[in-house]
Amino acid sequence: MVTETIQRLLEEAFPGAAVDVVDRTGGGDHFHVTVVSGAFGGLSLVDQHRLVNAALATPLADGSIHELRISTRTP
Amino acid sequence: MSDITDRIRAVIEQEPVAIFMKGTPQQIACGNSARALQALWDAGAPITAVDILPDPRIRQELQAISDWPTIPQVFIKGELIGGADITEELHASGELARKLDEALGSERQRAIATATIV
Repeated sequence: MVTETIQRLLEEAFPGAAVDVVDRTGGGDHFHVTVVSGAFGGLSLVDQHRLVNAALATPLADGSIHELRISTRTP
Repeated sequence: MSDITDRIRAVIEQEPVAIFMKGTPQQIACGNSARALQALWDAGAPITAVDILPDPRIRQELQAISDWPTIPQVFIKGELIGGADITEELHASGELARKLDEALGSERQRAIATATIV
């Protein structure tokens, strides 16, 4: 459930991006997201991760994501 | 500005490499803090570690300063480098050592010290 929500939120925030969401533990609250998007061009890794965190602000704030690992790159 | 904010700012600005983490290097309380600390150590950083757990205000004030939502947070010469994922990624690519060389010189000594906020 949360996996699909994360996938949708990231696809909405980064149109055309390749988005991969892995439930790392199978418990539904530790995730590793990979986003490959042209939107990251010219941005530092810190700023790239800020965009991902912003896209997932709601599930991060309500506790449905307990731990989030982020990988970002440009196509 | 509170004393805690002042103290956090002082650590960020004055320590060559600062990591705000859960627990201490001797007793790490979170896997992500362990990952970031290990990457810094492996890259040969002179580390100053700050435990955020003794007082919840440390984390609140730190997040307000850095605009970064999670712990750990790594700073080199006052600049936010990132959390565990970025620190590991930069180490894997060799970029972390390059950043440290650039900021602190290649003669830097690997070390671990601790600082307290409250």
